[in-house]
Amino acid sequence: MSQALPSSAPDPLIRLIGVTKRFGSGEAAFQALKGVDLDIMAGDFMAVMGPSGSGKSTTMNILGCLDVPTTGSFLFRGHHIESLGRDQRALLRRRYLGFVFQGFNLLSRTTALENVELPLLYRGDDKRARRTAALAALDQVGLVDWASHTPSELSGGQQQRVAIARAIVTHPDVLLADEPTGNLDSERSLEIMELLTRLNRDRGITVLMVTHEAEMAAFARTVVHFRDGLVERVTTGALAA
Amino acid sequence: MTDAAAPPPPGRASTARLVGTTVLLALRAIRRHLLRSILTVLGIVIGVFAVVTIVTLGKGATESTRQQISSLGANILTVLPGQANGRGGGGQTPPPFKFEDLDAIRGQVAGVTAVAPQAQSSATAVHNAANWATTVNGTTDAYLDAQDWKIEDGRRFTDAEEQAGKSVCLMGSTVKQNLYPNEAPVGSTLRLGNVSCTVIGTLATRGAGGFGQDNDDTVLMPIKAVQRRFTGNRDIRAIIVSADPAYDSADVQESIAKLLRERRNITGGKLDDFTIFDSRQIADTLSGITNILTGIVGAVAAISLLVGGIGIMNIMLVSVTERTREIGIRLAIGAVAREVMLQFLVEAVVLSCLGGLIGLVLALIASLGLTAALNVPFVFDPWTNLMAFLFSGLIGVVFGYFPARRAAALNPIDALRYE
Ligand SMILES: Nc1ncnc2c1ncn2[C@@H]1O[C@H](COP(=O)(O)OP(=O)(O)OP(=O)(O)O)[C@@H](O)[C@H]1O
Ligand SMILES: [Mg+2]
Repeated sequence: MSQALPSSAPDPLIRLIGVTKRFGSGEAAFQALKGVDLDIMAGDFMAVMGPSGSGKSTTMNILGCLDVPTTGSFLFRGHHIESLGRDQRALLRRRYLGFVFQGFNLLSRTTALENVELPLLYRGDDKRARRTAALAALDQVGLVDWASHTPSELSGGQQQRVAIARAIVTHPDVLLADEPTGNLDSERSLEIMELLTRLNRDRGITVLMVTHEAEMAAFARTVVHFRDGLVERVTTGALAA
Repeated sequence: MTDAAAPPPPGRASTARLVGTTVLLALRAIRRHLLRSILTVLGIVIGVFAVVTIVTLGKGATESTRQQISSLGANILTVLPGQANGRGGGGQTPPPFKFEDLDAIRGQVAGVTAVAPQAQSSATAVHNAANWATTVNGTTDAYLDAQDWKIEDGRRFTDAEEQAGKSVCLMGSTVKQNLYPNEAPVGSTLRLGNVSCTVIGTLATRGAGGFGQDNDDTVLMPIKAVQRRFTGNRDIRAIIVSADPAYDSADVQESIAKLLRERRNITGGKLDDFTIFDSRQIADTLSGITNILTGIVGAVAAISLLVGGIGIMNIMLVSVTERTREIGIRLAIGAVAREVMLQFLVEAVVLSCLGGLIGLVLALIASLGLTAALNVPFVFDPWTNLMAFLFSGLIGVVFGYFPARRAAALNPIDALRYE
């Protein structure tokens, strides 16, 4: 497991260089990102903080290949990603990325197991492989016994754990979570943070998490502060949060 | 352990795998929204049901017409004086046929099995206190062969009776039912208008003809008796010819026409003053009419199929909007636009095919019931059923395409944010 120590880490897993993002055009145009430079090392657990509207979600969407920068470079494993087309980005997401959302975003009226199987379906795994992998992922989040329950039968914390299982079932390199505890009480939130920490530590998944709460950011190894479309400062280790 | 040297995949999604996946996804989506799915396909179900039921009934009616006409006898040519379209020569009534004409046809035309004359009159038949208005047909014994009548009771005409024009008769079953409810008619005396005749036999029931007329409402007498006692002349109103099925009836018809032209001095550009009807042609014409009617009503029903298709599109569009967030999730997870599009398209096609199938089953049940109730034969036409099914699938493709494209074009970020 490579630790992201500056001296021993040659290349970052992800590198943003002068990334800008502009929404709309003409009078109504809005510059959400004004030149973000950011290196993310493999295996890092990074919290993204900052005031509302500072560009956290915009940055996460670009990192998650859901959106493209207006200008600037986005390197993933040393490869330029910023100019890839829609389908290429979809395939990158499928192969390397996992998402956890604030609003859980599980398919309703669909069992936890089927929700977790979904990414494997798109990957084309056969039925048995899907089932085995999905149950293993549910086991990691401690919900094997709830496999046949639909989201409406699960608590918010459980739903978010199912969502995490869905995100990690494909063994992604990076887990992106935009305010994953935003809809949960503090006890549930701590459970989720412990789960993310474990995944980061035991499976080496790079975790990128947006949060407003210092309590949650304390779990991270690196904290990035955004302000006004720019990275204000990056703190690491004990200095974090 | 991440390998920093491994490049991101330049790959693409495999299409073969795609179809299998999307069918599964579509089936799951249909199951998730079961009630809506049922409502969606209702239009298709009704459309397919209506088209197939109507066409099946139409085919049954055509078949029934054909059967009834062919029940008149294998293949009968009826020769009448005058022209079918009424363009008879300037007020002159065309001459009636003579017995010699019949002899000539019998002797000179190949492929003729029986030739019978016909002279007709209407009369009120009276027996005891009951009376019944019917048609008296003057003819010969050959008529029974030509039209394939069976004797139920008694016997046929003898030569002597025909030659002498004896007052004897054969009675159709309708007349018998009305005048002899509980009595055997053979041997009794029947009064027809003011003519008395002896009943020598009864005819087996034959049923309604192709035009709805009652074939059994008739009394047969030797033609000479009818000419002398009813019509008062020696005219033969029609010649009934039955053709050997081994011969082409068009050839037989043409031979008869040639012979009659000769005998009636029709030469050069003069128009025929007689007409030959072919029962098979009449059957074909009638079937044609039934087919056209079936086609028209079927087309009207097909419009309901189209309406069903528009219903599918409408509900699929609503479904795309309602499921925007779901589409966002799928895209974020790594579905490519093509997969989302295919999923919705497959959903539409699976739904409409399912609707088509349900419609076919319902149509089968209804057709079986209705044909039994209407007393027409049930004709299962695999072609109609297959076409209706394929058409419902096609409707799914056509009307599912637009909503599917709209779903695939969604931006994942906007879709995920959609409330
Ligand atoms: N699609 C868009 N079109 C126009 N403006 C946008 C769009 N998306 C984001 N913005 C704007 O860009 C700015 C940054 O948005 P972003 O969502 O990144 O903020 P954030 O840091 O995540 O804030 P929050 O903490 O409230 O989630 C905001 O002012 C927002 O209004
Ligand atoms: Mg945000």
